[in-house]
Formats: sequence, structure tokens, C-alpha cells
Amino acid sequence: MRIRRALLALCLACGVAATAPATADTPKNMVVMAAMLDEFISLDPAEIYELVPIEYAANVYDRLVRTDPRRPGEILPGLAERWSVADDGRTFTFTLRRGARFHSGREVTAADAAWSLARLVRLNKGPAFLLTQMGFSADNVAERIRATDTTTLVLVTGERYAPTFVLNCLGAWAASVLDRELLLANEVNGDLGNAWLKTREAGSGPFRLVALRPGEALTLEAFPGHWQDHPAMKRVVLRHVPEAAAQRLLLEKGDVDIARNLGPDDLAALRANPDVQVRTVPAADLLYLGLNTRHPAFAKPAVREALKWLVDYEGISRNVFRETHVPHQTFLPAGFFGAIDDLPYRFDPARARALLAAAGYPDGFSATIDVRKGYPGQDLAQILQANFAQAGVKLELLVADNKQTLTRYRARRHDIYQGYWAPDYIDPHSNAQGFAWNPDNGDDSPNRLLAWRNAWDIPDYTRRTEAALAEPDPARRRAAYEALQRDFVRDAPFVILFQKVLTLAERRGVEGFVTGPINDQFFYSGIVKR
Amino acid sequence: MRPARLPGAVARRTLELAATFLGLLAVTFVIGRLVPIDPVLALVGDRASASAHAQALRELGLDQPLWRQFLDYLGQVLQGDFGVSRLTSNPVAEDIARVFPATVELATLATLIGVLGGVPLGVLAALRQGTWVDHAVRVASLIGYSVPVFWFGLMGLLVFYARLDWVAGPGRLDLAYEGLVEPRSGLLLLDALLAGEWEVLVDAWRHIVLPASILGYFSMAYLARMTRSFMLEQLHQEYVLTARVKGLAEWRVVLCHALANAAVPLVTVIALSFGHLLEGSVLTEIVFAWPGLGSYLTQALMSADMNAVLGGTVVIGAIFVGLNLLADVLYRWLDPRVR
Amino acid sequence: MRAWLLAEEPASPWQARLGRLYLGWRRLCGNPLALLGLALVLLLALLAAIGPWLAPHDPAAQALELRLRPPLTPGYWLGTDELGRDILSRLLCGARITLGIVLLTVAIVVPIGLAIGTVAGYAGGWVDTVLMRLTDIFLAFPRLILALALVAALGPGIDNAVLAIALTAWPAYARLARAETLLVRRADYIAAVRLAGASHARIVVRHVLPLCLPSVIVRATLEMAGVIVTAAGLGFLGLGAQPPSPEWGLMIASGRKVLLDSWWVATMPGLAIFLVSLGFNLLGDGLRDVLDPRQG
Repeated sequence: MRIRRALLALCLACGVAATAPATADTPKNMVVMAAMLDEFISLDPAEIYELVPIEYAANVYDRLVRTDPRRPGEILPGLAERWSVADDGRTFTFTLRRGARFHSGREVTAADAAWSLARLVRLNKGPAFLLTQMGFSADNVAERIRATDTTTLVLVTGERYAPTFVLNCLGAWAASVLDRELLLANEVNGDLGNAWLKTREAGSGPFRLVALRPGEALTLEAFPGHWQDHPAMKRVVLRHVPEAAAQRLLLEKGDVDIARNLGPDDLAALRANPDVQVRTVPAADLLYLGLNTRHPAFAKPAVREALKWLVDYEGISRNVFRETHVPHQTFLPAGFFGAIDDLPYRFDPARARALLAAAGYPDGFSATIDVRKGYPGQDLAQILQANFAQAGVKLELLVADNKQTLTRYRARRHDIYQGYWAPDYIDPHSNAQGFAWNPDNGDDSPNRLLAWRNAWDIPDYTRRTEAALAEPDPARRRAAYEALQRDFVRDAPFVILFQKVLTLAERRGVEGFVTGPINDQFFYSGIVKR
Repeated sequence: MRPARLPGAVARRTLELAATFLGLLAVTFVIGRLVPIDPVLALVGDRASASAHAQALRELGLDQPLWRQFLDYLGQVLQGDFGVSRLTSNPVAEDIARVFPATVELATLATLIGVLGGVPLGVLAALRQGTWVDHAVRVASLIGYSVPVFWFGLMGLLVFYARLDWVAGPGRLDLAYEGLVEPRSGLLLLDALLAGEWEVLVDAWRHIVLPASILGYFSMAYLARMTRSFMLEQLHQEYVLTARVKGLAEWRVVLCHALANAAVPLVTVIALSFGHLLEGSVLTEIVFAWPGLGSYLTQALMSADMNAVLGGTVVIGAIFVGLNLLADVLYRWLDPRVR
Repeated sequence: MRAWLLAEEPASPWQARLGRLYLGWRRLCGNPLALLGLALVLLLALLAAIGPWLAPHDPAAQALELRLRPPLTPGYWLGTDELGRDILSRLLCGARITLGIVLLTVAIVVPIGLAIGTVAGYAGGWVDTVLMRLTDIFLAFPRLILALALVAALGPGIDNAVLAIALTAWPAYARLARAETLLVRRADYIAAVRLAGASHARIVVRHVLPLCLPSVIVRATLEMAGVIVTAAGLGFLGLGAQPPSPEWGLMIASGRKVLLDSWWVATMPGLAIFLVSLGFNLLGDGLRDVLDPRQG
């Protein structure tokens, strides 16, 4: 900093100010974020599944209900002012507010909402599972989700589920309410407007889409007619800056207002900068190892336990991750309904060696580990390699692009998979289903979540997960998840390592960016610049 | 390349080109299918149900046998349709039209730097053959051959952007200036100039100057070497001796005779080096987050977005072949013996 | 000895060949830059042989509390990287990988290129057409993209990186060998050998190939510099050597994210690549003057 300022002074003195940069603060009514934009394959909420696109949907579209980013498990009104659950536990009745308008100017009706939910099921793209898992299918959805008048929507689930689960799913991005007439006017070959919507929007949210340039930037502008939010920022721009170092430079120079993907070293440097404030918010992403039980060693519970004793959680946390991750060993992230903060494992190579010897591997064994390219995966894997070597477990790193490692993982061709898992919606079932539910362990199973991928055949856990899902009483439901996790952390072929922490570095004076544990709860409308 | 004089030769040449392209497509297609990435994973995501997954495969025709997929693709390409990129949901041709000008702009500026620096240096080295000047030029060009471009780029960013703040950082334009200029040619410098947006021009210049200089240095290294060797060849010809004996001023001998003749092969080399810059800037584009064809292709490859990869490869291949042809034509146009 | 080497009328083909080599060596010695190049290449070879024994630390040993120490830290003279590994030790051990890549690539490329080029040039006709079309296809490819695609298809790793580089490098040799072959194909002495009853295979191997060798050697030496840089590029993209290998390109990639605060992590391996590549370039350039004067 000092050198740069001195040089700047020198340049000015020499009269070559032309080469010096104009300090480019962003305009007062516009906020610019440096972020890693995931691939925007589609802007259609019924097709979106990547993190930042989900965030886009959260700001451009409204839903019947909202989940509260500050208090997990709480449901807030959205387009529906109020709702009720019938005694059968399956029939939900929503009453929509009057006066909410789409960006096209049309009023939002219950018919739009019902059509949008049915559309998600009928399109059957990636996120359709949000509704199909509640028993909706292309055949029955028209009759199970109905608008009975312009402000009333009735929805009947296939079975009885915990009401918060149903509402949490309806509060997720894929259940966004779309402008039916606009989409039907642009329908091609019965695609319900999908092709058109891939690069456009049909929402009613506080922001509307200005432009998306893939791999460069996403620009939104405030929608003045929103029923609730009146954003202070006229424009919000998310600029794709994949390098943490570049994000930091842009922030230091005032070219962006918020940087979202900084590494621990950058954060440490920025904490000393008076123009920048750093904020940390727990995120829901879990960093974990999946151990394929088809590997002969991982079929043995003692070996799985040994590996849990072979990670230097504390050293990694202190020296490498610092404030960007916190140790976490159970499958519900801190802050979730039903989460527990048990940390039963620490680094104890002697204990691990004893467990390995008892399991028949006194000299250890070899395994490959599939790792996503880049930070932090590559660094962590190399440290794990050194940690595991202390008990003779020889790791070979297979580093590849995310899609490639995932393809191997989903085909059960890995030994160890190292990666992140983030819940799709704020209900505990999202993670319980991911980690502890495997109704069909066959190679052609239609359900390929984490337990299946690691070939963990668990009829008992599957039954308990389903029971917790159907439990209507909140206290009993919470207890069920707590018990499930305590057993899981001991038995499972998963070494859950860390929970991610979202680190936001903001220019001083930039406030009000609301962030929950998942991207579906990132809201721009409160952002102000002082 | 032999000059094509007869219609028969033209037909033959066309046939050869067609065969080359077909081979290019086939090789790319096969490699693309071998990439061990689930092609619909990028489309439906990790959590999609099995039925959604299967439906996506069907919609893209990926459940067909490989040869069938290839033939379908060929048919499309022949109609000028490169398909839709799965990553951006845009037609591939549209995507390429968007990203390619950025690459062209970079390569053009780099070639300009290369020519303006490399040709005079090469002439100088030839005239002072064996002296320290010659050796200095030689070492400077060999250094250019030896530096890894991505490392050079990183070091350049570190010094000139992060430390000295002389140039702008990664990317093509600061956000504040984006959208101010109507993209007419897609070449930002030119568009800004035409629109009279001076601030945009300055900002675009501050972004491009570092990557262009780095690529330009590599181009300069190459052109200096080639110029030197072409010049030496000419300077040893009899006509140069004759001109000197006739008492022509040395600079006239060098410029009007030797360089004029050396220009013939030199133009060919410049055209080819421009072609290499178009493809060789992949790493530079990645380091500088330059939104060009190289970044686009790499990203497409990593997501098994085959339409984009095939489209991009064909474009670059076509340009390569085209530049070769152009060099050939220029050669014959400039060379008095052929004319 | 010197007189024997430089004899006007050598008594055996052996003596003649050695004599030519000696003359070449003397000319090379007159070129200080080429000697510098030779020295750098020999240094690489030496480090590849004994580097691991010279290294003060285990190149894979991590010391998380010692991460990102600057150069000139006692015991860590070139500093440490983001996992607290000694950069000097990693550079020393990485020399072996670099040399391995270079040798392996050349060992694949030169025979393939020579075989295709000489056969095409010698046989002519449709064999020539087919082989040259194949060469053209690969030449029309963007080289780095093809290498990227191949590695993506085969899976990352150093062996596959070598294979990918080799597959993109051979066409240049084929072209070169073909051009050389065309020059000698109609020479009188080839006709003489053929009349003497030599088979085609024998003519190609014994009489055509050796004539192509000088230009191929020059080309290969210069190419080695390119191979080093390309392999480092693949490593940089994460498609070459895999961590925790101390491959230099990979080391640059890992230094990229700490570039602002810890410049040395990316700078040191970059310098190493540069010096080695420069060595091959200088040597190749000198060899060209000696072996292949036509190319100027």
C-alpha cells in the first residue's frame, strides 16, 4: 500500500498523471460484488441448481412462503399472506395477497402459483425432486395442486410429512412463482416456456434481470413495483472474478463493493485495511470425505473409525483454514433445526494405528482420493495425505475438475471422495436424506444420494430418516435427528470435517446484504451505501 | 504449397480441405466423447432424480449410438448450425461471435507490437551479424522462446498491476464503463474510438496493454529471428552486391532492395504467427481473465460441452487453414518472380 | 589424436564420423552462448540425478506452522510454500520430473515423426497423400487445446500429459523428415543402392534416415524447450503432474493464490522453468549453426 501510494505521488509529481488510475469508486446507487459465478446453464428456476443461480432466483422471483435467513426453521409469508394445514396433515391451503405484480405488470394470482408448481413437476429437470419427493407427479399434479379462486391455492401431498418440511420445500427457489401468461406466449413445442426462460425472466421479485453475460457478469435492477421491498440500490452487479487475489485487489481499489470468495491469507491482510470490513456468517456447506464401502478396507467399521482419528482437525483449522471453516463432525450444519455440536474425534494417530491393526491392516493400505481442482480441496487433500501417512494409509490424489470427480463419485468408482455437500433447502431432511437414506443399494437404483454413492446399505437408518420426516411434533422431530446423528457419526463411512464459513469483505459503509446459510437466502434488497 | 493453376488443382485443394475438416471434426468428436464427464451432469445437477437424468440424455440425443450422433452433428454443421452450448444456453455460433473479437483484438495488438519491434531488430541484427547487437537480439529472442507465458503474465500482474498500479487488472474493461459503447466490431478499442468515448478507450487500453505486450514479446522474439535470417539470405545475393557497386546509399540498398525482397517470406511468417496467437493465447486469457475464445473453449471442455468445443475447434482450424491460404496468395502477389 | 581425427583421408567410416563430430564440437566451443546452454542442460541432468540427495528437506514434508516463510529464512533459503514445504528442496526434486517429461516426449515423438515423414516422402503416391492428410489434420488443430482435450479425455497425470504433448508434436517432425527425404529421394546414390538390390526398408533406414537426423536433432533440442513450457502449462492448469508432486508448473499454480503476499512461491519455479528452457534453446540454437547451417 505504502509503496503504491508513494509511487502514485511520484507519478503525479512527474506530471504523468495520465497513467495513474482514477480512483474508481462505484456509483452511489449501484452495488458491485466480486463473486465466483457458477455456470449459469439456465435462468429458469425449474432448471437452476447451482449456488449463485439459486441466489439469482431468490432475488428475481417470489414464492408462496419464505424461509427466515436469521432463524432457521421459521417460515415467513411470501406471496401467500397466510396458510393453514388441515387435520389430515396433507392438505395445505394458501391465501395469496392482493396487489403483488409481475415485472410485466400483471397481478400475481393463485393460478400462476399453481401452474408454476405444476410446471416444475412436468418439466422434470434437475430440481423437480423438491416436489416429486412429496408424491407429486406429472399425472397427478394438476389435481393435487389447484387454484380454487384468484387468491386461494390448495395443495395435497402424497403422504403425511412434517409441515415445516413441506413449507421449507415450497420456500425453495424451484418453487418460484412465474408469470404464466408471459411464458405460455413464448412456449415452443409444449416446453412451457423453458427455452425462452433459459436466458430471460418472468418474475415478480424485488429485482429484475438486466443482462447476463456468461462467465463475466450478472446485472439486476430494482423493480419499483414490488409489494414489500424497495431496494436502495438501483443496480446490483455480480462480477465473475474467479481468483481470490483479484477479488481482493478489486476491493482494495474500490472497483467492487463486496468480495465474497477470499482466502484466509487475503482476509488477514484485509483486516488491517481501514476501508474494508470483514464479516463472517456460518454457511451450510459441509466439507467431508466419502469412503466407498466397496473398497475392502472401508467395508470394515473399524477402518472407517480409524480415519476419523487420523485428521489433524485442529492444526488444519488453525494454520490453513482459519476463519473460513470451523470443525464440524455431524451431518446437520450448526444453526439448522436438529443440529448438535458434538466433536467426538480429534487427531490421534496411535489410536488409529491400533484400530487399523485390529481390523487387519497393521501396515495400513493404499487408496485414491478424488479431489476437486483448486483451493481449498487441493491443499486439504495434501494435508490429509500427510496425516493419513502417519498410520501407513497411502493416499493417491486424483485431482480433476468438479464435474469429472462428481461423475466418478456418482458411478461409485472412487475410493475416497473429498468434497462439499450443501443442503438444497433449509429443512434437516435435505441432509438426512443425503447422508443417511438409501432405500435401494442396487447399481440401477433411482436414488443416488451420498449413502448410495458410498454403497452404504442401511435399511435401519433409512427407516429412521423417513420416520423423522413424517414426525409432526417439533420436539420429537428434533430429538429424532439428534439421535440419528449421534449414531451416524460413529458408524457412517463419512468423515465430516468442517463447516464452511461465508466470509464477506465489504467496503466501509456498504451494509445490509442479508445472507443466510444457503444461497437461497442471500437478499440484495436491504443493501445500502452510507 | 503448390500454386493451384488449373481448375483440377482447385478441386483437389478443396477436396483436401474438406478431408482435413472432416478429420478435425471426427478427432474432436471422439475425444469429446471419451472425456469421462457425465454430459448431462452440468445440465440437471447432482441431485436430479434418475428420471430427470434420463430425460435430459434423451432430449440431447445422447442415448443414440456414437456414429449416429456424429452423423447428426455433421448434418447440422453442413447447414451452418453448430448447435446450442449447454453451458450458456446460447447458440454456439453466437457465443463464438461474442468471445472471438476479444481474442482477435488481443492477437492483433500483439502482432502489431511484434512486427514493430521484431522486424527492425531483425534487420539490425542481420546488418550487424556477429557483433554484440546480433548476440543481444539473439538472446532477447531466445528468452522470449523460453519464458512460460502464464508465469510471465502472473509476474506482470504482480508488478505492474498490484505493486505499481500502472495498468488495469484482469478482465477487459472496468465495470463502470461496461455497456457504454455499442459493440459494432466487437473490438473494444475500435468501438470506443468510433463512439468517441475517450474514458472507455483509456480504460480498455489499460486492460489490454499488459497481456498484449506479453504476447507481443513472444511474437517479437519469433519475428526478429525470422527477419534476421531472411535478411541475411537477401544480403548475400548478387543483386545486393551489384547495387552496392553501383554506389547506392547503404540505407537504400537495405530498405529498398533487401528488405523489400525479404518482405515476401516475412508476410507469410507474420500471418502464421498471427494464427498462432489466436490459438496460443489460451493460457494468457486464463491468467488475465480475458473473455476470449481460449477461455471459452477451456471452460467448455471442462464441462463436456461438446457443441462449444467442436464449434470452437472448427473455427480455429478454419482460421488456420485460411491464414495458410492467405499467406500463399500474398506470397504470390508480392513475389515478383511469381507475378 | 587430433591429427587422426582431422585426417584428410580417413581410413574408415568410423574415423570420418568421429572427425566430423570433433569438428562440430570445436565449432560449438566457439559459441559461448551455446556452451552456456549446454551447461544449463548438463546442470539439469546433474540435478535430476542427484537432486534428491542435495535437498535439505523432504520435498513433501509439511510444516503448517512454517508456511509462507520468505526466501533467506535460515534452513529455507528459497522460502516455504502454502503448506510449509521447502521450495528449494521441491525445485531440486522437480528437476527429475522435468527431465523425464522431456526425454519421454522426445523418445515418442522423434521415431513416430521420422517414420511417417520418411515413409511418406520415400514412397510418394497415395501413401504420401494419406499420411500427409493425417499430418495436416493434426497441424490444423489448436495445439494446446488438443493437448488439453486429450488430457481431459485420458485423465490428468504426467504420463497422459506426455502422451498428449507427443501427439501434438509429431506432425512437425513428419513434415521436416518428409521434406528432407524428398531432397534425397532422387539422388544418384540412392538409385545406385537400389540397383545394388537393397530393399526399400533398408534404403529408408540406412540411407534416408541418417540424412534427416541433423535437422531433426536441432529441431528436437529446440522443441525440448517448448515441451518443458507446455508441460508446465498443463501442470499449471492441473492437467499434468498431480499434487503433491514437486512439478514446477504445478508449483506455480499453487503459488498463484498467494501471489500478492508471498510472491516467491510462484516466482521460484517459474525461474527454474525459464532457465532450463533457455538452456535447451541456447544449445539448440548453437547446434543448428553446427549441424544444419542451411537453416541460418
